[in-house]
Amino acid sequence: MTLKIEDVTKRFGSHTAVDALSLEIPEKEMFGFLGGNGAGKTTTFRMILGLLDRTEGNISWNGEAIHYDKSHLIGYLPEERGLYPKLTVKDQLIYLGKLRGMKKIEVVDKLTGWLERFKIPEYMNKKVEELSKGNQQKIQFISSIIHQPKLVILDEPFSGLDPVNVEMLKEAVIDLKDKGTSIVFSSHRMEHVEELCEHLCILHKGKQVVQGSLQDIKRSYGRKNLIIHASFPLDFLQSFPGVVTYKNVMEGCRLQIESEAISQDIFQALQGKGFIRKFELEEPSLNDIFIEKVGASYE
Amino acid sequence: MRLMNKFWIILGHTYMTRIKTKSFIITTLLSLLLIIGLVNIQSIIDMFSNDKADQIVVIDDSNELFEPLNELVEQSNEKVELTSYNGTVEEAKQAVQNEEYKAFINLSINKKQLPEATYYANNVSETGNQLFIEQQLQQLKVSYATEQAEIDAATLAEINAPVSFQTVALDKTAKTDEELNQARGIVYVMMFVLYMAVIMYGNMIATDVATEKSSRVMEILISSASPVTHMFAKIIGIALLGLTQIGLLLVVGYTQIRSKQDELTEGVFTYFGIGDMSISIYVYAIVFFILGYLLYGTLAAMLGSLVSRIEDAQQLIMPMTFLIMIAFFIAIYGLSMPESSLVQITSFIPFFSPIIMFLRVGMLDIPVWEVALSIGILVATIVLLALLGAKVYKGGVLMYGRSSSLKDFKKAIALSKKE
Repeated sequence: MTLKIEDVTKRFGSHTAVDALSLEIPEKEMFGFLGGNGAGKTTTFRMILGLLDRTEGNISWNGEAIHYDKSHLIGYLPEERGLYPKLTVKDQLIYLGKLRGMKKIEVVDKLTGWLERFKIPEYMNKKVEELSKGNQQKIQFISSIIHQPKLVILDEPFSGLDPVNVEMLKEAVIDLKDKGTSIVFSSHRMEHVEELCEHLCILHKGKQVVQGSLQDIKRSYGRKNLIIHASFPLDFLQSFPGVVTYKNVMEGCRLQIESEAISQDIFQALQGKGFIRKFELEEPSLNDIFIEKVGASYE
Repeated sequence: MRLMNKFWIILGHTYMTRIKTKSFIITTLLSLLLIIGLVNIQSIIDMFSNDKADQIVVIDDSNELFEPLNELVEQSNEKVELTSYNGTVEEAKQAVQNEEYKAFINLSINKKQLPEATYYANNVSETGNQLFIEQQLQQLKVSYATEQAEIDAATLAEINAPVSFQTVALDKTAKTDEELNQARGIVYVMMFVLYMAVIMYGNMIATDVATEKSSRVMEILISSASPVTHMFAKIIGIALLGLTQIGLLLVVGYTQIRSKQDELTEGVFTYFGIGDMSISIYVYAIVFFILGYLLYGTLAAMLGSLVSRIEDAQQLIMPMTFLIMIAFFIAIYGLSMPESSLVQITSFIPFFSPIIMFLRVGMLDIPVWEVALSIGILVATIVLLALLGAKVYKGGVLMYGRSSSLKDFKKAIALSKKE
């Protein structure tokens, strides 16, 4: 059940929204799409679902094109959240669930479970417009996974939620993955992707900047962060060979170095200069990689 | 199979949620009340009007007029009761002023030996009584006058009988007067029903689609079912809703009319000719109604998919409303001038033909090929519009913008294309 995106391009008139994107999303994994506004995440999702026709390229799931006959295997949480405001949570989910091939009784059964899990069982017969935004979002999330799909596409699932709810949703997503669902999700929050995904890709203005497993990306990136807290000035490290960036922090400095080995040279150079309270080598964050690759931060 | 399944799910959902809305229930109930009220209008009027006859007192100076006048009054259906007054004229006037009686009539015979009268009431324009009494007295006067002129009753009847006047159409195929009246009646019904259906249900389709768009639930819907399935399920779902409503009104109306048949058959219904019409006219009515509805329904769904806010939907379906209004007005003109070239031409133009061609079929004898051609053009337009609608719908439902102009058509179609 691999999702394959091969050389997919989408143009709107003269504007290229997605440019020659090639990806392979493995089965039963969580795959993260990173990128700022207008990076092409939503357009890519819409093409995967067949809501938009691609200009070039090919998308297949398990070797077959995705059509409406497979919609019971697919779940989708659009970026623009929307439910029928005048319908009750129950009626709403029954309708959407039926469209995904479920029976009414199954929907009610599953919905009861999910509402309890999200600690909102009292909303079963409430109209959606009476719910808070965060709770609406939970209902929306339930609607996208209630039919136990094999592939779930979540477009910015955590945006607009408070930290407690983000945790609740994250757990649900991880559970889903453990039960064998492939999950594709987008975010502009690096830490969510870093925390949840084995594989990811970074999009920037329609172009794929980085792609692969999180570990590989970090390893191949090479550069590390070095944090030093010391009782003496560290300014001289600015021109030290192998130091890429230098930033003063409260009790010392934070460096980006070209490779692990440089840290040992620095360690040598610091000997006998004074008291060192902290000397820590750190993996680069996705944010660092993003800034490096794209040349700018968007946050 | 799956596709059909989804079609029925969407159709069922559209139907069930709409039928449960307050506005639908209220409009249906109001229409039912209106129908029941119209059918029972006579009983309702009787209920509110005073059952007691108006009391009018008479002083007859001639001593011979009261009896024949009272006889005439009693023969009529008017609720007036005459009584002879045993007092002076002044007393009678006083009694009327005290509202003991409605009016007071002073009858006498003049020099020419003909009856005359003076009518006293508090307010002379208050009731139709004075006119009624005047008519009765006129009749009395005529019989007095003819008696004096020595004309016998038979001659008098002959003078008063209406002139014999008959119309005969020399063209054998031309419809008789009676047939024309019947056709006119059913064309009227068709005109109103289609007009109402387009305005009401077209509006419903457009706002339904616009609601799903503005609440952004649309993207989930079209990720589970294709936009074309969705669009047609919506159109047919609302059509069934309309049939439920119209059907309910027809059943209630029919049973009501049945129970009142004696009173009504003589009146309006002879004019509308719902009596004995050929089956073919009903078949044509159904065919043209369904095609007309589908045409306007598809247009409404397409327009609804273009807007992002419900308020804009009203604005965008204005052109559609104009189209059906124009068709309506041409039909009114066509009822009196069915053979004019305007009617002839518009009976082939898709947005007008459901009403106009039906009008021509009903009122004239036109070759079958003309009807077939008109239906053919209509069907072709529906198919074209559906294809275009599907494209616009696919792009339109993903399009969110402030504007709501016809430029959006192009944008929507562009969005549904590959590039």
